[in-house]
Amino acid sequence: MHEFNLSVDRAIVRPAGKGYSAAIPDDIEMIIGNFATNLSLPGAIVNSILQGNGRAASQDFYRMVVNTTLGLGGLIDTATDLNMPARSEADFGQTLYVWGINEGPYIELPFIGPSTTRDAVGRTVDLFTNPLSYTLDSPESFYGTAASVSKGLSARGRYGDTIDALLYESADSYAASRSLYLQNRRFKVGKGGTDNYLDPYDTNPNSAVSAGAAASSDFEDPYDQ
Amino acid sequence: MTSNITRRHMIGTGLAATCAATLPGMALALTDATAKALVQQVVNDINRVIASGKPVNAMIKDFEGIFRRYADVNLIARSTLGADANRASASQLRAYTDAFRSYVARKYGKRFNEFAGGKVEVKSVRKVKSWHEVAGVVNLRGSAPFDVRFLVSDRSGKDLFFDLVIEGISLRLSERTEIGSMLDRRKGNIDAMIADLRQAG
Repeated sequence: MHEFNLSVDRAIVRPAGKGYSAAIPDDIEMIIGNFATNLSLPGAIVNSILQGNGRAASQDFYRMVVNTTLGLGGLIDTATDLNMPARSEADFGQTLYVWGINEGPYIELPFIGPSTTRDAVGRTVDLFTNPLSYTLDSPESFYGTAASVSKGLSARGRYGDTIDALLYESADSYAASRSLYLQNRRFKVGKGGTDNYLDPYDTNPNSAVSAGAAASSDFEDPYDQ
Repeated sequence: MTSNITRRHMIGTGLAATCAATLPGMALALTDATAKALVQQVVNDINRVIASGKPVNAMIKDFEGIFRRYADVNLIARSTLGADANRASASQLRAYTDAFRSYVARKYGKRFNEFAGGKVEVKSVRKVKSWHEVAGVVNLRGSAPFDVRFLVSDRSGKDLFFDLVIEGISLRLSERTEIGSMLDRRKGNIDAMIADLRQAG
């Protein structure tokens, strides 16, 4: 699957992302990205409520109100300019984490890329958690999808060199993708912090630190808390 | 009278004991404030490199200097080798540490041009287990700010950072995966891996 995704990236996503980034001015790219982000907020609010996180839900709600009104329908990210709290980026994968579901093994989904079984389930459910998909009629409901695909292409273009370095320069791009994805994902669902680290100065040969091999072998199990 | 002397004596000894117990501790131990000050210094240096607008190769050199000065490169290098560090000879470890330092400088220094117009800002510090975690944000033009954390420890005998964590992604743990893969590709031959490392990044 990793090989398949690599060939998709090489053949389609990479050239499309580079072309998109080169063809469209940065400001327009940012506006499209802002628009896509704003449309994702209702889904995040639903997930924050499911997690019992009223604070994140209301912060996202105010952000949506500000960006939809002052930000001209979500085209401008006024909330960030006003120093409002960052958006929660809540999704159903995170909701499952809050509900105590285990992460499951790392997998790569066709076209979408790195995931875990928990997050793959989360993604599927998230297709239905965004209330906008129920309230908008047919052509309008595709604007959001189109905008988020454009946002993805724009990211592939913007961070092109970094992603190229990961996928094509690393000694084992599968191992590197897995390591980066899992570290970043655990950070996002667990809302940050390095509390799950072990101290590398503890060099007991029997400890997990020197056991090596697995990407996250010197993280403690985040569920042990 | 005797009781007076005893009391004075007791107070004196008590004070001396307290001073002896606290003074060296105050002079040596890493605190939140000193950890934050160290990272502030690192960040100032990094911001200066970003703002300098030098060609990439000069930035890589500057970045290597920062890494050499403020990071515990010996520990980071050793821990990225994982268990294989135990079978490496002293000279192999030395060669590996040198190659690793330049490799990290090349690999991450190259990215500095994407930071053009950006700025790193130190936000807060807290103690986590045996180290101090100094949190900051990287503000880039035209994208959402992202989270960066420096893990600072004095367990090497000096106040140095031993990891850099960006959006949850640890430099040390990511490079351990990468070095592990490079070692696998050479079927565990450390010298061959060091030769590859000199070309990589």
